[in-house]
Amino acid sequence: MPETLFGVPFAAFVGQLLVGLINGGFYALMSLGLAIIFGMLHVVNFAHGAQYMLGAFVAWGLLEYAGINYWWSLLLAPLIVGAVGIFLERTMLRRLYHLDHVYALLLTYGFALILEGSFRFKFGATGQPYANPISGGLDTDFAFLPWYRLWVIAASLTVCLLTWFTIERTKLGSYLRAATENPQLVRTFGINVPRMLMLTYGLGVGLAGFSGVMAAPIYQVSPLMGSNLIIVVFAVVVIGGMGSIVGSIVAGFGLGVIEGLTKVFFPEFAGIVVFLAMLITLAVRPNGLFGSTA
Amino acid sequence: MTHHALISSRQTVVLLALGACALLAAPWLAYPAFMMKLLCFALLAGSLNLMVGYVGLLSFGHAMFFGSAAYATAHAMTTWNWGPALGVGFGVAIAALLGASTGLLAIRRAGIAFSMITLACAQLVYFVALRSPFTGGEDGIQNVPRGDLFGLLDLSDDMTLYYVIATAVVAAFWFIWRIVHSPFGQVLVAIRDNEPRAISLGYRVNRYKLLAFTLSAALAGLAGGLKVLVFQIATLTDVSWTTSGEALLMGIVGGLQTMLGPVVGAIVVVTMQNSLSAFAESLLILQGVVFVLVVLLFRRGIVGEINALVARRRQRPAP
Repeated sequence: MPETLFGVPFAAFVGQLLVGLINGGFYALMSLGLAIIFGMLHVVNFAHGAQYMLGAFVAWGLLEYAGINYWWSLLLAPLIVGAVGIFLERTMLRRLYHLDHVYALLLTYGFALILEGSFRFKFGATGQPYANPISGGLDTDFAFLPWYRLWVIAASLTVCLLTWFTIERTKLGSYLRAATENPQLVRTFGINVPRMLMLTYGLGVGLAGFSGVMAAPIYQVSPLMGSNLIIVVFAVVVIGGMGSIVGSIVAGFGLGVIEGLTKVFFPEFAGIVVFLAMLITLAVRPNGLFGSTA
Repeated sequence: MTHHALISSRQTVVLLALGACALLAAPWLAYPAFMMKLLCFALLAGSLNLMVGYVGLLSFGHAMFFGSAAYATAHAMTTWNWGPALGVGFGVAIAALLGASTGLLAIRRAGIAFSMITLACAQLVYFVALRSPFTGGEDGIQNVPRGDLFGLLDLSDDMTLYYVIATAVVAAFWFIWRIVHSPFGQVLVAIRDNEPRAISLGYRVNRYKLLAFTLSAALAGLAGGLKVLVFQIATLTDVSWTTSGEALLMGIVGGLQTMLGPVVGAIVVVTMQNSLSAFAESLLILQGVVFVLVVLLFRRGIVGEINALVARRRQRPAP
């Protein structure tokens, strides 16, 4: 086993690669949710970060007040967050579909402010700890790999692939894609398009909630966790191509790894590498890596 | 679209005279510092409105121009001992340069993608400001001297500074008005309303958009530079995305596509900020609620709704 790689300790390299893959998993899950919502509803869901934060807080609250463990939260919290999303869609977002898309962006931005403000009002800006559900790890001779982190990578990859499969390879997915292309025509086939839009929003938001639960044991559960993440995820979405499912998964994991490696080799650029990557992508391919020319 | 078309020229003169009186009398009626903050943010919202209202491109990153100009002005005046006019001018130049370079990439995409790209660019600028040695990180650049304007006016006096700021902001709004009502501005509105047609008429729309974006950035920079003169400080808040969001809130509360909208919006939002300055969380919630209400119930904003009301009155036949 080599001691160093390109002048950095091998253990540090593997460690940051792992961190990069974990962050990449969150980027992928978050941008996937945004891509599904954008592809179907043509709405940029600015509340996505706040809904991710909500997912983490629901998991924390379920454990703190009801004693419900992580694994149940992983199932329940996305459902609860998705239900909140569906409520938002039914009562407010739906009224804006016929207008310029920026109004939906502004509405969800307002919703994000309300959510973040409320949680800061209740919990302040400090984080709440959430116990790691799988302790221990894989002790190899070059690095220590915590089980939970490996689980996060595996779980996020699995959920991403399942979502991709559902949308691109199943009958339900084909309805969804058809409704994006031509809602009127799909309606004449007797498919309830408004309900599909509602469920799509619920699914996208649920993915944000799922990411939040998975993030809870790694990062602290803090009201600020969503707004810190959402802008990076926006850059990821632009790089992958707006509304592209494959693009969001590839760009999510790819940028997570690039960011992790930047931390090893050029630490001072770690915060901005995703944005630099976005600028380069825009200069070369204005529609993103997997974007259509829409 | 503009109130100009709805109100007769005599009414315009009366309105302008009333506005001038209000500006002159304001520092005796309200705190000069409050009034100056209001003016700076009104200009920021006005510069954003030039982009959102008249070009139809929603920039979610105007804080990067506001903030980088604030840092540039503060740096020039503290480290290089430049006077206020040169310092603010330097800030405006930096903001215009930043606007031209980010605009080059951002205007290649329209609609929602434009918003997300400007937001991401602004976040890049935020990180640079956070890490660069000259910005002072979390502390910002503090105790910026106000100096003497052209060696004549001592700006350390709040009243003098107020009238200087008011003059600059009124001049900037006059400039925006001139842009919008020029042939150039008419092309911008044509691009907003029907881009393919503008292209088919032979206009190079990207050049128009880029120039508009650069001008808008420079004006936002002017607002940032003036803000440094007022508060003598440039901080990370100036470049943060919440500032971009607040500028947008002022625009839509007052009414996009109107000249006075950003001013009215700034009055509402800055008043809200000042009365809740001790409760950051409540302010966030209130701002969110205002966003939701405006978007759902009165999308034309305060000035836009008043204009619509006047227009409806006009249409009704006299009894």
